[in-house]
Amino acid sequence: MNPALLPVADLLLRLRRRQLAPSELLAACLARIEALDGTLRAFLYVHGEVARAEAKRWDQAYARGEEVPPLAGIPVAVKDVIATRGVPTTCGSRILEGWRPPYDATVMTRLREAGAVLLGKTNMDEFAMGSSTENSAFGPTRNPWDPERVPGGSSGGSAAAVAAGMAPCALGTDTGGSIRQPAGLCGIVGLKPTYGRVSRYGLVAYGSSLDQIGPLARTVEDAALLLQVLAGWDPRDATSAAVPVPDYREALRAGIAGLRIGIAREGLGEGLQPGVRAAVLQAAQVLAELGASLEEVTLPTIAYALPTYYLVATAEASSNLARYDGVRHGLRVEGPDIVAMFSRTRDAGFGPEVKRRIMLGTYALSAGFYEAYYLKAQRARTLVRRDFERAFERVDLVLLPTSPTVAFRLGERVADPLQMYLADIFTIPVNLAGLPGISVPCGFADGLPVGLQLVGRPFDEPTVLRAAAAYQEATTWHRQRPPLAEAGVGGPAGGGRA
Amino acid sequence: MSPAAALAVVIGLEIHVQLQTASKMFCGCAVTFGAPPNTLICPVCLGLPGALPVPNRRAVELGLRTAVALGCRIAPRSRFHRKNYYYPDLPKNYQISQYQYMDHPPLGVDGWLEFAVDGTQRAVRIRRVHLEEDTGKLIHVERDGVVTHTRVDYNRSGVPLMEIVTQPDLRSPAEAREFLVALRALLQYLEVSSGRMEEGTMRVDANVSLRASDGTFGTRTEVKNMNSLRAVERALAYEAERQAEVLAGGGAVVQETRHWDERRQVTFASRTKEEAEDYRYFPEPDLPPIVVDEAWVEAVRAALPELPAQKRARYVHALGLSPYDAELIVRQPRLAAFFEEALAAYPHAKTLANWLSGDVAGILHAEGKEIDEVALRPETLVSLLRLIDEGRISGRIAKELLPELVRTGGDPAALVAARGLEQISDAADLQRLVDRVIAAHPEPAEEVRRGKERALAFLVGQVMRETRGRANPELVNRLLRERLRG
Repeated sequence: MNPALLPVADLLLRLRRRQLAPSELLAACLARIEALDGTLRAFLYVHGEVARAEAKRWDQAYARGEEVPPLAGIPVAVKDVIATRGVPTTCGSRILEGWRPPYDATVMTRLREAGAVLLGKTNMDEFAMGSSTENSAFGPTRNPWDPERVPGGSSGGSAAAVAAGMAPCALGTDTGGSIRQPAGLCGIVGLKPTYGRVSRYGLVAYGSSLDQIGPLARTVEDAALLLQVLAGWDPRDATSAAVPVPDYREALRAGIAGLRIGIAREGLGEGLQPGVRAAVLQAAQVLAELGASLEEVTLPTIAYALPTYYLVATAEASSNLARYDGVRHGLRVEGPDIVAMFSRTRDAGFGPEVKRRIMLGTYALSAGFYEAYYLKAQRARTLVRRDFERAFERVDLVLLPTSPTVAFRLGERVADPLQMYLADIFTIPVNLAGLPGISVPCGFADGLPVGLQLVGRPFDEPTVLRAAAAYQEATTWHRQRPPLAEAGVGGPAGGGRA
Repeated sequence: MSPAAALAVVIGLEIHVQLQTASKMFCGCAVTFGAPPNTLICPVCLGLPGALPVPNRRAVELGLRTAVALGCRIAPRSRFHRKNYYYPDLPKNYQISQYQYMDHPPLGVDGWLEFAVDGTQRAVRIRRVHLEEDTGKLIHVERDGVVTHTRVDYNRSGVPLMEIVTQPDLRSPAEAREFLVALRALLQYLEVSSGRMEEGTMRVDANVSLRASDGTFGTRTEVKNMNSLRAVERALAYEAERQAEVLAGGGAVVQETRHWDERRQVTFASRTKEEAEDYRYFPEPDLPPIVVDEAWVEAVRAALPELPAQKRARYVHALGLSPYDAELIVRQPRLAAFFEEALAAYPHAKTLANWLSGDVAGILHAEGKEIDEVALRPETLVSLLRLIDEGRISGRIAKELLPELVRTGGDPAALVAARGLEQISDAADLQRLVDRVIAAHPEPAEEVRRGKERALAFLVGQVMRETRGRANPELVNRLLRERLRG
């Protein structure tokens, strides 16, 4: 079998047994990128040369039987919103085109220390604002299950890369669902950790109080392996939590007998695609058969989550994106004076969705409107959090669909932002409450993947992972591969030399 | 009568103080004055995409120390806010500051500071004390008097600042100046800031208005760009006078920002049409609240040094200094440190204070320097005073030696020996001199015989002149009397 299609856990075993060399694994990934990415456009930048050199170093370490770090030789695709030293970081925007950060994000340092190899930077909605990756300034990413459809967003490049077997795993970021929704739409696993669990240092900010970095992978176990490396307090991020990091892989073994899972009533209401409903309900049944007890819970303020999010996130974004002015980095469009330079640079550098959100956020923070919008949104946010707290008095996990529909067609929602925003209706509340949430493949509707979302208490990633792992253990959805990935492109199968 | 005199001047001050920390407010970059441009920068203070601020605990501690010393109420939970505006010296295009808003108080509120004006104690209420980050610096490059382009130096970006805002309690430009002297002294005693306006470690903006006799407040203007205490006093006096003249001429004062022009000694409006800027403040999501519990406040309070008011009282009551001398020394923390070090070796407080507030202060003033910027050490002054006490030199010789000792230092005893300045106290030596002076001045001698004291002083002076001040004046006096009055 082509090594690029194997889970990370299997790859690590093969690497340790010297059945596979890191260079072979990398070559297989690069070959698949070469073969598929012309169609999919998951990558904005492929770090081929440097990655080859790093892989070679790990070849030697494995060959000599050295003690190696946990992800030694594993290629990782990284969303282009994460700062990578000396490697282009565009955030999917013209305004940062050509910018090479002089520093590494903390997660990059951690990945490097764990031996992972940076494969490349993945496509995304500009500044992570979007749910389809159509807002990338460098062209949309396509869904490996159907290239006429979107992969979701904003981490659509990372999701498509993993789903198509171009990368065994990837990093994404999630402000309102940007890891879980594309994972769901591409039929892979995506985990958004608790706010504060993973350092945001080097994550180019969109909504600072909502943004989290997390893994996208083909199995829950792989997501746990990656989280193990990413999680932990960082002195460079004052909002990162000094909460001890448990052994996530160990937690997977406990099974879910006796676990109480609450099915959110609001998750199964109107607007849900029938095939999605059927898949999610069937998944709940599987969990019950595995020994979990099911009950219904209610999250009444979820109805306010979407408007709340579009005030909080845009307010923060309007300030976070003020620094793109042409003075220090990225694009500069000269003008007769400094103010003209600012506005010309920003006019040319930002796409329409980014401009829309900057304007929304600026308005929400303006004198006279602050109380009515920003402050009220903060109060609504507290109510959403309390809804979850009440639910967690009775259950250990809350179950929701990841997205109300399967992947939609390219261009279908571009003209209607509100329709686009609805794609995140079940993921946004989880960001507002700062909770950990995972999306795992739970079936198909109209031949396209459906995602099941499980949400846990703050810092209770172990329970989230353990339930998702038990579900995967009992099902085969995650082993389904898009026809395009099965095509056998990109190098010989079976781990042969490239 | 000047027009301003008819109306009361109302002044409130906003003081920005650079905190004495080794590193910046939100990153590890060093705080150093005068480094080459853009050498003290990192992703954080450069506002690079993805970089995050982390509060400097030391800066919070210094802010807290100031707020406690000013008697402020300390907020158990205060927040940083973002102040949003576009300017190229502001790398993120927002400044992290502390905005007073509803349940988000700044570090400290409602304090006061006492100070003396012409011997009377005054108190000014402090509205708030908060922390923020400094901006970078624009360097305009000119050719033939025209700005061709502008460079930015971000070394100062992110340097910790503390803003202290007073209530409009000051009633004259002189009072404003005295308040600033007292505040600077406090900051120096607290080791919070060097408080040097000339170097920009203390920057002062003032709100000035006139109050009518019926108590209604007039429109205020904000005066900026005052780079010394003297500039503050002059700019405020000018501005009060200007407002009074506008009103006297039937005009209205316009609320605006005015800049002090040091060269022309006037204030001028920086922008004629000033729209109220909307800074769109909101809580900084990258920083958790600053939590200050009672134990922390108490620890800060317990560790406070002796504050100016306590020091002044001790100097007057325990050391017996005059209130004038006490005030003069206390308001200059480095002079006070000098005084106390000298006092430890030479327990005559009043003598020390006389020398410091008199001759030493005079020389420093002439040199335009502070006590720690000259060569004079406390032990040097003490040695000098001991030479007088031991009768080895006269006070007059001591005063003559002082300027040199201040400028270049050295050992007074060695200097006296090398220059042969020791006092002549040998009666036989002086007797011969006395006789010669009497012989040379028969008329004054005759007057002394008839009992005229002024003539005696003249003769003493002549002997001192002959010895270039080295004669023991008391001995000369006695010898003259013995000769002329028997």
